[in-house]
Amino acid sequence: MGYMAALKVWRGDAGSGALTDYKVEVNEGEVVLDVLHRLQATQAGDLALRWNCKAGKCGSCSMEINGRPRLGCMTRMSTFDPADTLTITPMRTFPVIRDLVTDVSFNYAKARSIPSFTPDPSIKPGEFRMQQEDVNRSQEFRKCIECYLCQNTCHVIRDHAENEAPFAGPRFLMRVAELEMHPCDEADRRDIAQDDFGLGYCNITKCCTEVCPEHIKITDNALIPLKERVAGHKYDPLVWLGSKISRRPAKAGTPAVPGKR
Amino acid sequence: MTQVSDAPARTRAQISERTLRKDRWWQAPVVVVTLLTIWLTYATVRVFTGHWYYVPKYHYLTPFYSPCVSGECVPGSSTLGHWIPAIPPIIPYAFVSLVFVLGFRLTCYYYRRAYYRAFWQSPPSCAVREPHAKYTGETRFPLIMQNLHRYFFYVVIVISVLNTWDVAQAFRGPDGNFGFGLGSLIMLANVVLLWCYTLSCHSCRHITGGRLKHFSRHPIRYWAWTKVSWLNARHMQLAWTTLGTLMLTDLYIMLVASGAISDLRFFN
Repeated sequence: MGYMAALKVWRGDAGSGALTDYKVEVNEGEVVLDVLHRLQATQAGDLALRWNCKAGKCGSCSMEINGRPRLGCMTRMSTFDPADTLTITPMRTFPVIRDLVTDVSFNYAKARSIPSFTPDPSIKPGEFRMQQEDVNRSQEFRKCIECYLCQNTCHVIRDHAENEAPFAGPRFLMRVAELEMHPCDEADRRDIAQDDFGLGYCNITKCCTEVCPEHIKITDNALIPLKERVAGHKYDPLVWLGSKISRRPAKAGTPAVPGKR
Repeated sequence: MTQVSDAPARTRAQISERTLRKDRWWQAPVVVVTLLTIWLTYATVRVFTGHWYYVPKYHYLTPFYSPCVSGECVPGSSTLGHWIPAIPPIIPYAFVSLVFVLGFRLTCYYYRRAYYRAFWQSPPSCAVREPHAKYTGETRFPLIMQNLHRYFFYVVIVISVLNTWDVAQAFRGPDGNFGFGLGSLIMLANVVLLWCYTLSCHSCRHITGGRLKHFSRHPIRYWAWTKVSWLNARHMQLAWTTLGTLMLTDLYIMLVASGAISDLRFFN
């Protein structure tokens, strides 16, 4: 049975904007993105929103629904009370282009700054062999659809825009962790994780994990293991003592971060 | 000729509300603050009480006083001898372990999440604006000291062995032979859960196998890592459960030691 849902949709551009009220028909089995498409088709032809696969795999329709970072295509209307007003806003952390569309280029810049996979140069393409137990850890992180909901919800940059420069955000710290754990990656990424990508800013409040639509355990499987690796490297008194008396020389091979070193 | 408009200014959506969440996001922080405050108040009062921490007849020693190293400790309660002279409990009798146990819990990755959210409101809940104007996280003193969690873990392993020894003593009856009562079982459950909490720690997960690049070259450590990872997924539940069992164990021993109740004996 359909009903008329009350919607408040943030309309505007970078200069200004406000929540605008709409009443839109909702049918059984629909998701928020369906309702926004109906709104666009029937009442607000100029409503800007980004979408693509409608299956939770492209990461395009990231938005905030009733204040919670969600994918529009994966949020069922049946999870809301028909009598309630649904508030839909763009992701707060990124500059808004128009309506629900934000400029997420911050993330692309961070992605480019991560030194790429660094294999042993003596191993030729096609010669890599990995066991499944070694692959599993990285495979979890490869489920990321780059919706940037984790980046959006992370309070380090959401509430403190000044931290955008020193902090890469959970998605890209997860990328650093993935490479650091990769059996065929030769680079030591522990220094740059802390110094260049701001791992120390993370206070592991797990919001990135809570909002991840792919249910990646970002905090437990990427950020905390990376923090532990950094702790062992930079804050271990025995390692420090060993490096001072040359019993445990610092590992070579820390890659440079483009534009920083 | 078409006029090309300027690119829009790169600013975020101006939304004045702290959050647009409509669920009870404030509930979890309130519950955490309440429970941790109750527990900390109880524990603080107990460690400075200096009474009712040992039941000589059944060899029950509360974990809050283990190891009892003050000269004030009643005979039989000092497993490791007396390290400080007999002074009133301005210094907790088990200060030597309490400082590390407290440090272990304070730097624990789960408790950090809990108190950063609940006490420091950083953030109070996901997608709820925090009240602080500036944020540097764990990059500076004192919070950079959170990186010492692993070293607290090492010491707490030793303390857990001591707690296990205390439980073994609690399985002796009044005549010194095997015997147990409800107190022995409570202490046993407490120490098993304490071990589970300690071994489920993220540092333990790192040490057992997480630090490896090649699981396939270290099958035994990989096996251990999978077991610790299983426990680690329950770290939050264990963190809360052990606070409860620590309080229950201490409360039971306090009641028996003070004579308020008698221990329910099952054997000897």
